[in-house]
Amino acid sequence: MSGSEVGLAVSVFLACAVEAVEALTIVLAVGLQRSWRSAMWGTGAAIACLALLVAILGPSVSALPIGGLRVVVGGLLLIFGLGWLRKAILRAAGRKALHDETSIYAREAEQARAATATRRRAGLDGYALTVAFKGVLLEGLEVVFIVITFGANQRHVGVGAAAAGLAVVLVVAAGALTRAPLARVPENTLKFCVGVLLCAFGVFWSTEGVGGHWPGGDAALLVIVPGLALAALAMVAGLRPGEPA
Amino acid sequence: MSLLTRAIAAVWEFVVGDDWLIALGVAAAIGVTAALAALELPAWWLMPVGAAGLLWLSLRRAK
Repeated sequence: MSGSEVGLAVSVFLACAVEAVEALTIVLAVGLQRSWRSAMWGTGAAIACLALLVAILGPSVSALPIGGLRVVVGGLLLIFGLGWLRKAILRAAGRKALHDETSIYAREAEQARAATATRRRAGLDGYALTVAFKGVLLEGLEVVFIVITFGANQRHVGVGAAAAGLAVVLVVAAGALTRAPLARVPENTLKFCVGVLLCAFGVFWSTEGVGGHWPGGDAALLVIVPGLALAALAMVAGLRPGEPA
Repeated sequence: MSLLTRAIAAVWEFVVGDDWLIALGVAAAIGVTAALAALELPAWWLMPVGAAGLLWLSLRRAK
């Protein structure tokens, strides 16, 4: 496995783990408060939709010429990565509230309890099914985008899909064991890492896509990743309250 | 709001996210990098510097 493939797998795994933790909170809330069976049907339907998107779009995007693909994919990954990193830095610096799975779970559970009973069809609760479906689909769309773009760029959509699948299995297993939101997962740290990796690959590929050449070729990533991480950490320090930006 | 308008708004929100300056800045940085590469000048340094600069600018705007 090449360094780029390892980078692909790690980035997709971490991104998917973060999104899966957030989706799990929603599914647990409606599952425990309303109907497990309905929540599972909603989750399964959403995962099937996401897998279908990867199966359809993956080969199509992979067929595009590599030069143009790298510019578009690199640019989009950089925009996404900077977005993830921006949020993670603001949270780490105390400028934005941390993502709190426990309070989100409490809010979702309260809404599920308060929702009026919906008409059951085939023994399924419409509220639980719809909320679980929407929650998993929306959280998963960004991961699908990362799997397709990362994978297509390296002609390894399967590696990305496998990494995403592994993350989902691990998060679901942890959720099934605890039957509670995974509040101890260091979500912001994971988001910070994903942001750095997406930015690094975005910078690398967009430059190559427009005809630029990296000193050292692929090895330049070994400098770009820690370089961006250090710059981002310096920004966290610079934004901490009481310290001038 | 029509279905088309909502679809465009959803795509804009998905791609551009919280700060449009990031998307605009990335597009501009890619354009300048392409110009430098076309002129056979060293272009590799621009995207990392541009990414860090854009991030800092965006963070300052968020305060």
